[in-house]
Amino acid sequence: MYEFTYHKPQTIKDAISLFAKADDGIYLAGGHTLIPAMKVRLRAPTDVIDLSALDGLSGIHEESGALVIGALTTHDAVATSEVVARAIPALNKLAAGIGDAQVRNRGTIGGSVANNDPAADYPAGLMALDATIRTDRREISVDDFFTAMFETALEEDELIRSVSFPIVESATYIKFPSPASRYATVGVFISRQGGQVRVAITGAAACVFRCTEMETALSNNFAEDALDSIQLNADDMNGDMHASAEYRAHLCVVMAKRAVASLL
Amino acid sequence: MSITVSLIVNGKAVTQTCLENTTLVELIREKLQLTGTHVGCDTSQCGACTVHMNGRAVKACTVLAVQAEGAEVVTIEGIGVADNLHPMQSAFKECHGLQCGFCTPGMIMAAIDLVNQKAELDDQSIRKGLEGNICRCTGYHNIVEAVGRAAARMRE
Repeated sequence: MYEFTYHKPQTIKDAISLFAKADDGIYLAGGHTLIPAMKVRLRAPTDVIDLSALDGLSGIHEESGALVIGALTTHDAVATSEVVARAIPALNKLAAGIGDAQVRNRGTIGGSVANNDPAADYPAGLMALDATIRTDRREISVDDFFTAMFETALEEDELIRSVSFPIVESATYIKFPSPASRYATVGVFISRQGGQVRVAITGAAACVFRCTEMETALSNNFAEDALDSIQLNADDMNGDMHASAEYRAHLCVVMAKRAVASLL
Repeated sequence: MSITVSLIVNGKAVTQTCLENTTLVELIREKLQLTGTHVGCDTSQCGACTVHMNGRAVKACTVLAVQAEGAEVVTIEGIGVADNLHPMQSAFKECHGLQCGFCTPGMIMAAIDLVNQKAELDDQSIRKGLEGNICRCTGYHNIVEAVGRAAARMRE
């Protein structure tokens, strides 16, 4: 790891002004992507701005039909939350399947969402649940948020405060994990609300995406066999040592069917 | 540039000066000379460096020493001594839950947190709970048995 200057601001305003002054600053939440990336020198920031002292960024509550999760809330806190279990239990399940116990004790929802790893779990949850990302300066609809591999609509110095999930009738998340990292080889999150179905897929392509073909089919007929005729194009999929593009395209439909079956 | 870090390790207040890019496990092993905590992969996979930070298991290779400012850290040296082992250590010994022993300190620290967090454990949930710790000797069978035995004793 290269050397850097460490900062621990007490307010969001100070965090943003430290970022502005830095040559190449970066925010640190749980650090479970950033620190490994710095160790192998994929990242070499001049200034690391630790967000852990900021008030009001962690915690989970319900607010007028929505579940709101603070950016610094750990995966373990989401996995074990009774508030989440009452509102959107699919998010308990999603969080409980991230990495391993030690990773879940440190990693945060804000860090995961801001990083937008193509195989991360949270982006699928946000997308299928039509979440809103609340930052220090605005609210961003999830459909505008995840823009490309490791890219989001966040400005360079923008900080996520919380993520707000509308509470839906039912939802589930099914993933085919990489047995080594437990990142999603393919993960499918499905939500239902008022006859409308949203399907988001992570791990399969360069960036999380909504599968409109599946959404239309399932909105018309919420059954496994509604997906029989759907074939995703392998040209749009990731192929690597874990799974070929063709295999991932196939897995998307298999995982989606399992998700539908679990909601019937 | 150097930075000063104050924390509590195994019940004792310590203050150390280190570089900002020092990880918690480097502070524990190299500055405090507590070499029971091991570094296996150094990439957050293997769990050999697991310690407790404010009561929860963390991979000390993936925490900066400065992030532990003000924290309470417990390492394998802090849970038992040779003639008064922690129930988890005794159970690993009785069940042959180790062969080379390299992963053992991390396994034990992760397993103690698992027992503290989960009211009920069976073989499957023990295996799931220890996904973050890799053992290349035992095939895990005896580790799972040891954790189950220790869990029963820790709840007595």
